Amino acid sequence: MHAEAVVRKPLVTGGKTVHDVTEDICIRVEQAPAKSWYAAMAVSLALLGYGAYAVFTLVWEGIGSWGLNKTVGWAWDITNFVWWVGIGHAGTLISAILLLFRQRWRMSINRAAEAMTIFAVICALQFPLLHMGRPWIGAIWALPLPNTYGSLWVNFNSPLLWDVFAISTYFSVSLVFWYIGLVPDFATIRDRATGISKNIYGALALGWDGAARTWSRYETVALVLAGLATPLVLSVHTIVSFDFATSVIPGWHTTIFPPYFVAGAIFSGFAMVLTLMIVTRHVYKLQDYITIEHISLMNIIIMVTGSIVGIAYITELFIAWYSGVEGEQYAFFNRALGPYWWAYASMMTCNVISPQLFWFKKIRTSIAATFVISIIVNIGMWFERFVIIVTSLHRDFLPSSWAMFYPTWVDVGTYIFTFGLFFTCFFAFAKFFPVINMAEVKSIIKATGEKKK
Amino acid sequence: MSDGKNFVLGVFDDEDVLLKAITQVRQGGVKIHEVYSPFPVHGIDDVLGYRRSRLSIAAFIFGLCGTVLALTMQIGMMTVDWPMIVGGKDFLPFPTFIPVTFELTVLLGAFGMVGTFFVVSDLKPWAKPRIFDLRITDDKHIVAVDLDKNNMSEADIKKSLSDAGAQEVNNKQFD
Repeated sequence: MHAEAVVRKPLVTGGKTVHDVTEDICIRVEQAPAKSWYAAMAVSLALLGYGAYAVFTLVWEGIGSWGLNKTVGWAWDITNFVWWVGIGHAGTLISAILLLFRQRWRMSINRAAEAMTIFAVICALQFPLLHMGRPWIGAIWALPLPNTYGSLWVNFNSPLLWDVFAISTYFSVSLVFWYIGLVPDFATIRDRATGISKNIYGALALGWDGAARTWSRYETVALVLAGLATPLVLSVHTIVSFDFATSVIPGWHTTIFPPYFVAGAIFSGFAMVLTLMIVTRHVYKLQDYITIEHISLMNIIIMVTGSIVGIAYITELFIAWYSGVEGEQYAFFNRALGPYWWAYASMMTCNVISPQLFWFKKIRTSIAATFVISIIVNIGMWFERFVIIVTSLHRDFLPSSWAMFYPTWVDVGTYIFTFGLFFTCFFAFAKFFPVINMAEVKSIIKATGEKKK
Repeated sequence: MSDGKNFVLGVFDDEDVLLKAITQVRQGGVKIHEVYSPFPVHGIDDVLGYRRSRLSIAAFIFGLCGTVLALTMQIGMMTVDWPMIVGGKDFLPFPTFIPVTFELTVLLGAFGMVGTFFVVSDLKPWAKPRIFDLRITDDKHIVAVDLDKNNMSEADIKKSLSDAGAQEVNNKQFD
């Protein structure tokens, strides 16, 4: 039982009953999809197809088909990797950290956000795999397996190996967390379905019967998983930032990276959740479940994390000056005013200035403004990674090896491949899976539904 | 849990009424087989007299296994089997072992606990659950009473359930 202040706005509007929740969500799984769904799916499959051609070229021709050169040995591949991993932070943050803080508004958005997390991490994984050139060999070399070279083991001093463990753990724990939440909802679909889909959803529901004893264990599992996933979310982007921070490259060698990367990841993750949820909410008519209140709360998180990121940018500049190290000072001078000034300016505008607009309640509660800013934020976060990676590398220690980076069509195509993959997965999810956690929303209908208020 | 055959089901649609009803019915001497709900009802374990789940202990033990496994693996590989100086670090560079140790602790803790949950709750893809009422996964809470496990008459049990506020009282038989 739950008591809360009367001033809290209802989390589910429209006077919904528990049965309405079942109807509103299940109908999307049971009905044939709308024409717009087919159109959207066709576009993402086209992107995926074009991207697959680029990936084929990459594997066939080799990494030389990317625009990397002797000076800039890391560019689009790792930019995209860090960008996708960052986006993949919101889902587990919403379901784990907001569960520990007992934030009930997470319940309408956690399912889709977690799905997005999982798909984003799958997209991120493409880059470390593909950049090995021969992924079928590289993927094995990245694991601590006995081999015929000694055994010569993997290097546990390397942050790249920590990444292997961090991201695979994050992916598998997020997947399990997501699936555990889905089981009761699959049972709901099973009990309404007929024919072959009854068997499929029945198998997915693992024989769930809704017994109080099982619910009690389920709640313990969810709470402990949230407790485990919370430090895990924070560790993943921390370890990704170690890829840079443990090196001795001016511009990368900074202790501020872990918290700064984590804030940036939450920032971009929430932006992507908003981009997708605003569309899903509109197409599936979920306005009573994902209310303006939800959107406004997510915008506040974007504003807070955006401000943290802004402070981190300024701190970096200050420390570079204050350190008195010429190389460090030059790296930041070059970043802001060198040949890549436009990337730096885009990053500053999109990430530091645009989220400040959310101080205005009118903008924070406007769907159109939120949609536009959520996309701007993710453009800005892509530029942030590009700026950190490429501008720190392109002006090497020796002026004779200074270079610029120009992406090839294969660079762009590999990125498009992950977009196709992401949206294909997301649209399939929206059709075949319940997009809102029915069981959890039902549990708050009485306490926070409109009828009660 | 042994499987009974003849059940009386009390149907409820409000969780607060349900909680009061369970207490009342149990005080009246009826043994409840199980309560089935579409969503977790807070406080139901207390009124049913269930112990707190010990799955968190399982998670701790599995997590500890992960810690031990990770440290054994890293020290075994980097310090014992093929010691090598990397970046001027020790043969036993403990701080650099922390990230992988943490990740494997979380991984084994999470998977071990969820695996234990599936086993103890008998959740598996080929399970054939006994569905007392299709509305359990929609909007109704069902209090199931096993007739063979109770000494009271069927009529008394039904009366006790409807007095406690059940909307419907039904019979359910399994073969």
